[in-house]
Amino acid sequence: MSSYLSNNWDTILTALRQHIWLALVPVVLGFVIALPIGYLGVRFPRLYHPLVNVCGVLYSIPSLALFVFLPVLLGTKILSPLNIVVALTIYTVALLSRTVADGLRSVDPLVVESATAMGYRRLRRLVDVQLPVALPVILAGLRVATVANISLVSVGALIGVGGLGQLFTRGFQLFYLEPIIVGIVLSVALAGIADLTIVLIQRWITPWTRFQGRTA
Amino acid sequence: MITFDDVVKVYPGGSTAVDHLSLELPTGKTTVFVGPSGCGKTTSLRMINRMIQPTSGRILIDGKDVAGQDEAELRRGIGYVIQHAGLFPHRTVLDNVATVPMLLGKSRREARAVAAELLERVGLATEFASRYPAQLSGGQQQRVGVARALAADPPVMLMDEPFSAVDPVVREGLHREFLRLQKDLGKTIAMVTHDIDEAIKLGDVVVIFRQGGHLAQVGTPQELLEHPADEFVAEFVGRDRGVRSLSFDSAADLPVRPLPADLVLDDAGRPAGWSTGESTGGTFTVADSLRLVTDLAISSPVGIAVRVDDHGKADGVVPHHDLVDHLAARRGRK
Ligand SMILES: Nc1ncnc2c1ncn2[C@@H]1O[C@H](COP(=O)(O)OP(=O)(O)O)[C@@H](O)[C@H]1O
Ligand SMILES: [Mg+2]
Repeated sequence: MSSYLSNNWDTILTALRQHIWLALVPVVLGFVIALPIGYLGVRFPRLYHPLVNVCGVLYSIPSLALFVFLPVLLGTKILSPLNIVVALTIYTVALLSRTVADGLRSVDPLVVESATAMGYRRLRRLVDVQLPVALPVILAGLRVATVANISLVSVGALIGVGGLGQLFTRGFQLFYLEPIIVGIVLSVALAGIADLTIVLIQRWITPWTRFQGRTA
Repeated sequence: MITFDDVVKVYPGGSTAVDHLSLELPTGKTTVFVGPSGCGKTTSLRMINRMIQPTSGRILIDGKDVAGQDEAELRRGIGYVIQHAGLFPHRTVLDNVATVPMLLGKSRREARAVAAELLERVGLATEFASRYPAQLSGGQQQRVGVARALAADPPVMLMDEPFSAVDPVVREGLHREFLRLQKDLGKTIAMVTHDIDEAIKLGDVVVIFRQGGHLAQVGTPQELLEHPADEFVAEFVGRDRGVRSLSFDSAADLPVRPLPADLVLDDAGRPAGWSTGESTGGTFTVADSLRLVTDLAISSPVGIAVRVDDHGKADGVVPHHDLVDHLAARRGRK
């Protein structure tokens, strides 16, 4: 094992770096795109149910199918990492649009009403009041999206795109156990660390949630 | 002054919430909208800060039509307090109160300084400033709600059932605080309640609504109690309105008798009790109300209320039967 590690250190690090990159860029992109979409689902209540349905359908497309068909749609090369990024961004948008909408809908209407009555305009009210109060729900969705993306990147290896999944495919091709173990351990660790990081960020930026559900 | 000029509100679906309302809310006074549930009180209130648009008619503040003004700017100049306070859960108490000053462009530091001052004004200790709303009791949240509405020192305040969600003892305290604050501040207040006792206690002017958004009667609490316009108002202000209205009549013209021998005085001439050893149960002055005298006479073991002068010296008594005669004569006059 240690000789595998020392001989392949650079490959492993490259795969890890690529994995992080391929998983997290779609989280960021997806979140940025999901924000306005989720907001529209709340601003125009009639759009909420169609939104939920479309998101559900998108999310249920098998990842391998998406990875294979995107090059046809986008005109990208089959081995291009762009396919993975686009596919995972679609999943993230599907997941987070609904999360953002649900988060905004979870805000007590009296809180929104009093913000309006105090003289908030729509955009500032969204940024200063509705989004912060919706954060616990939104961040919970962000955790799911991040962990899901980290595991989905591994699937990309099946079509020959990098990341830790490469280590699995190489191991299987060579009937060689070490890279498979290293790949599994690293991707699980990566998911765990990413999840924990979001939890810590959540504690830090939503200190008030600790007191909710109990009265003074 | 807030003016309702022939205001109608019909909601989509056809229900008429407010029906041709014309009304003036005097500057610096508390006007209370009261009436059974669903009679259009909240709708009327929320048309003042344009949270609801009237179907027809105009609402003016100091002669200026609210419809012509920028919504957000109009609202920043109007304090707004609702049931359950509607506080921002993600902001500390201090930052909740600092909200409107910040919207008006004050720096965070200035806004917080104003907020701290206001928290003190509504009777909240500084230790509450750094807490979140979820850490406060209902009564404390309501105080924060009032402080937040006052923070930009708006001339006009709208309050929708501000004291309805707290228990009666806490409400009593909030009422006292409200009257004390309003005496200092003299805001033009429109308040909604379904509780006629609260309306009578807090209102300078009381507006009684009836089902369908109709105005039933407008007047001072005393006018409504003594001269209800019709059966509906009489019923609504309650059967014991005779006793309530005693609160508005002075004891000044109540005849008194000389001090009886069995009233024990101390060296300064202040009443110390009856020779039987029983207490007088309290005293009244010419500045008090007939309501107090009635309470004293009824609760006194000997059926006599004792009057004192400004220095606390006993200067006369009112036996129970004299009071009854006086009340009967008073009723005859009305
Ligand atoms: N947004 C709305 N849409 C339709 N009808 C409404 C709406 N808000 C209130 N109403 C109706 O208007 C009437 C007056 O409501 P409201 O002003 O809230 O009464 P109150 O505050 O006196 O209880 C009620 O019959 C209520 O059902
Ligand atoms: Mg109401």
